Parts: sequence; structure tokens; C-alpha cells
Amino acid sequence: MHALANPARFLRIARPATTWLLLVGLVLAVVGMAAGLTLTPPDYLQGDTVRIMYIHVPSAWLGMAGWMGIAAASISQLVWRHPLAAVAGRAVAPAGATFAGICLITGSIWGRPTWGTWWEWDGRLTSMLVLFFLYLGYIALGSAERERGGEGRITAIYGVVGAINLPIIHYSVLWWRTLHQGESIGLTGSTIDNSILWPLPLTMVGFTCLFAAAALMRMRAELAEAKVEARMRRMGAQ
Amino acid sequence: MNPWPFVVAAYAVAVGLTGALLLWAFASMRRAEAAADALKRK
Repeated sequence: MHALANPARFLRIARPATTWLLLVGLVLAVVGMAAGLTLTPPDYLQGDTVRIMYIHVPSAWLGMAGWMGIAAASISQLVWRHPLAAVAGRAVAPAGATFAGICLITGSIWGRPTWGTWWEWDGRLTSMLVLFFLYLGYIALGSAERERGGEGRITAIYGVVGAINLPIIHYSVLWWRTLHQGESIGLTGSTIDNSILWPLPLTMVGFTCLFAAAALMRMRAELAEAKVEARMRRMGAQ
Repeated sequence: MNPWPFVVAAYAVAVGLTGALLLWAFASMRRAEAAADALKRK
């Protein structure tokens, strides 16, 4: 991590990585979605609506992974004062908010034919909605602190405190057994048949690469903006 | 209930929002890096 503390060294790695992540992500996401729409059989109970899983599960994973990244960046900023940590946290937030939003909307669309309702104040849905609002708060706080020339410590503390919601989302289906189904994919296996499951790793890896590409592009934009601001200040002082 | 309108709507939302995120991130990066390069050349 500290090897990347130098922005010039970081950019030397980030520039080619952005292109590769975009290319690999696009190919895997498109192939995974096409396979999920055309090659897999319908579920015996849910029918064709099960195909929403190939986009809903990756977006749920990325919504949560995004905040894990923010929490890691925040700790790195508060403890080790890593110079790129605040930039990384602010860069991850829009991508995390987008995927949390996709998760909520696709879940709602999946819920209508499956549960007969667009929305239910169930533990999983509500905690995911809270995550989405946490992202909006983080983005607002991050840009406000940056405009005031702050170091981003308040935003970092908010990033660490907001991580409390992650175990709540994960265990919500066990703590409050309401509409949302329990865990079907764990670390040791899955209750979903392989004939339906196989495109899911493709979309998971594909969307993860696209998420990483978006975050890297935002980091590059923030670093370039900071360079311009610093130069303008120097020119103004002369 | 025909499930396909729901499936198509869900995929449209996912593709549309992911595409919008990537386009916005790319455009803001290009704009910022072009401004930084222009300032360096001055």
C-alpha cells in the first residue's frame, strides 16, 4: 500500500490498469449477461425472473464491497496518513452508490413478480437502503470537506462508523426472517444448481472490474484536479 | 404474469446506470487530465 503513496508511481500503474479493467470488465459482463439471458434454464419455482440474479447479486456485492473499500481507505488515512487514502475513499463512493442503487432497483423489480410487491420494509431491503443513503452522505461530506480545504478526517471517521451497517446487511436475513430469502451462496458452496449458477461468476468478476475502472478513473481525475489547483495557487502567489 | 418485461427492465437499469457511471468517470478524468496537461505546457 505504501509503495503506491507516491502519486506519480500510482499513476504509472493506474493508467494501463484502467484500460485493462475496462476491457476485461466489459467482455466478462456482456458474456455473463448474454449467457444468463439466453443459455441457462428457467428456475423451477421463479421461472425466467431468476435471470435478474446475474445483475442483482453482483450489484449487491459491489454496493457492500465499495463501503469496505471506503472503511479500509478511512482507516489507512486516520492511522497511517496515507496520502492517497482520502482520494481513494472519495473515488470509490460514486461507484458504490451507483451499485447500491442498481441493487435496490433490480431487487424491487425482481420482488414484484416473485413476492407480489415492489417494496417491503424487510431487514435486508431496509439496511441496503440505509447503505445507499450512507453513500450519499459520504459524497456530500467528502466534497464539502474538500472545498473547505480540510484533510478529510471527518469524512474518514464517517467512513469507519458507516461500516457498522455491513454486518447488519449480511446477517439481516438470519436475524429478521421476513420476505428476502436466506443466503444461497456461501464460501463453502451454493444451494443453486450449477446449470443456473455458472454465468454468475462471469458477471461478478466483470462488474467488479468495471467498478474498479470507474474508481481508478475518479482517482486520476481527483489527482489531476489537485495538480491544477496547486499550480493555480502557486501562480496566484507569484 | 409475463416475467420478461421485469427481466428486461432490470437489465436496462443495470446496463444504463453502469454505462452512465463509466461515461461520467471517463469524461471527468479526461477533462481534469487535459486541464493539468494544458497548465503544464504554459
